[in-house]
Amino acid sequence: MIIHQLSVFLENKSGRLTEVLNALGSENIRITALSVADTSEFGILRMIVSDPQKARDILKNRQFAVNLTDVISIMAPSEAKYYAMVLKILSDLEISIEYTYAFSVGEKSVIILRSSNTDEAIKALKAHEMELIKASDLYKI
Amino acid sequence: MEIWNRHFECMERDELKKVQSERLRETIERVYYNVPFYRNKMQAAGLGPESIRTTDDLHKLPFTTKQDLRDNYPFGLFAVPMSEIVRVHASSGTTGKPTVVGYTRRDISTWSEVMARTLTCAGADRNDFIHIAYGYGLFTGGLGLHYGGEKIGASVIPVSGGNTIRQLQLLVDFGGTVLACTPSYALFLSEAIEEAKINRDDLKLRVGVFGAEPWTENMRREIEEKLRIKAIDIYGLSEVIGPGVASECLIQDGLHISEDHFYPEIIDPNTLEVLPEGKTGELVFTTITKEGLPLIRYRTRDLTRLRYERCRCGRTTVRMEKCLGRSDDMLIIRGVNLFPSQVESVLLEMSEIKPHYLLVVDRVNNLDTLELQVEVDEAFFQDKISQLQTLRQKIQTNLESTLGLGIKVNLVEPKTIERSEGKAKRVIDKRKL
Repeated sequence: MIIHQLSVFLENKSGRLTEVLNALGSENIRITALSVADTSEFGILRMIVSDPQKARDILKNRQFAVNLTDVISIMAPSEAKYYAMVLKILSDLEISIEYTYAFSVGEKSVIILRSSNTDEAIKALKAHEMELIKASDLYKI
Repeated sequence: MEIWNRHFECMERDELKKVQSERLRETIERVYYNVPFYRNKMQAAGLGPESIRTTDDLHKLPFTTKQDLRDNYPFGLFAVPMSEIVRVHASSGTTGKPTVVGYTRRDISTWSEVMARTLTCAGADRNDFIHIAYGYGLFTGGLGLHYGGEKIGASVIPVSGGNTIRQLQLLVDFGGTVLACTPSYALFLSEAIEEAKINRDDLKLRVGVFGAEPWTENMRREIEEKLRIKAIDIYGLSEVIGPGVASECLIQDGLHISEDHFYPEIIDPNTLEVLPEGKTGELVFTTITKEGLPLIRYRTRDLTRLRYERCRCGRTTVRMEKCLGRSDDMLIIRGVNLFPSQVESVLLEMSEIKPHYLLVVDRVNNLDTLELQVEVDEAFFQDKISQLQTLRQKIQTNLESTLGLGIKVNLVEPKTIERSEGKAKRVIDKRKL
């Protein structure tokens, strides 16, 4: 149920994102989802990729600061209220959300989130019968 | 052109040499008997007080460095009992320890005398209003100018640094005629005057005495045009006495050194040999009248050359050229001394980062800016923006509290700061000095 998300530290300089994507692309790593969190000087690129370990090694060899981070992924109908429902389940238990992003696939949406307590979050979402996505399935999307 | 102390400032050079030699003998005797540091060094070199008869013997003596002052922190090199010390100043610290200097009552009087010469050099007299925008406090700039201003009988306005809006108001309301501050702050003020739409005719400024940081002839022209004043370069360092060591006269052709108090030599910073007249090298000072903290052959690290011919103003004292740079890696940022090693030692104390860094110095709107680039350590990186921002803030706070200087910190990707085999390049100075 735990997804290994690949996080990369990037300076806000043109060409850096391209370099990461080219490096992964040349080794046939597929990217399921991608999000960038940025400040004025630097950013963090977060990606769900087909082979997180391999992708990490590729970038590490190219001197990037990389990290595999545990996140959770939920499949829900593409409506705002379902997203809200997911967040409320966690906030009711005072599990905070570090960040979240989502993308839709047809009628459904895939929500990715990092919480302050991954195990508790999984337990709570399961108890509410939310559809958690297995890593192997997510990497294949 | 007025001269404050014609007797010493216009003395024939052979007569001056006699005065210097006599004062040097007294100084050597004092430090030999009162400062173990000097006695030990002289004994190790096989020298006694009788070995030094004239200034020609000076080259036999070992040098004194900033490190010696640090090693004897805070008062170890003082040559009088603390009961004789009436004032202490300090310059910005390296790894937490500032360089401390002490003055006896006579030293304060000497300092006032040489500052009176400096201000008279710049054409100031008892009818002037001296607006002092140098910082007051441990820094010698503010109080040095202050005492000199009072000595010549001028009206001293001790504004101190900062608060530009108030500076402008006081300049207009009190009618300052002499401005004393760093050259970069003078330029900054000139722009603030424009922005505030203050009519130049409402200002009575006539001349500025600018020092405490290196500046170029271009900067001088810019200041003179914008403020419509004469910009005079002054030189000093707290170890020797503070401002007042040397000053340009209105001819603006080299800085007259108060040689009857501070004896200058130029050495080759590599071989440490004294260089012949006119050659560029490192400036070394021996104080020959100071009581509290006499310094023997103190290496300033400033690069310049000396000219001994009589100036058109009538002074016979030796002139040093505007400093051309330094023989070490010290930076002067907004008047504050900074060594890259100080930054490094702050970084080394933080486990979250490795000390791969680069300092970028620039001058934006006439104020020095300092940016520190530090590589993010892969082992530390954990995917959170807040963690990186906290780290950045922590580096900034640690640097500021140790160095007394605001530094903008930027986190950069690992291995992006150039590694070199020999001495790492730690500084990029974009200021055109």
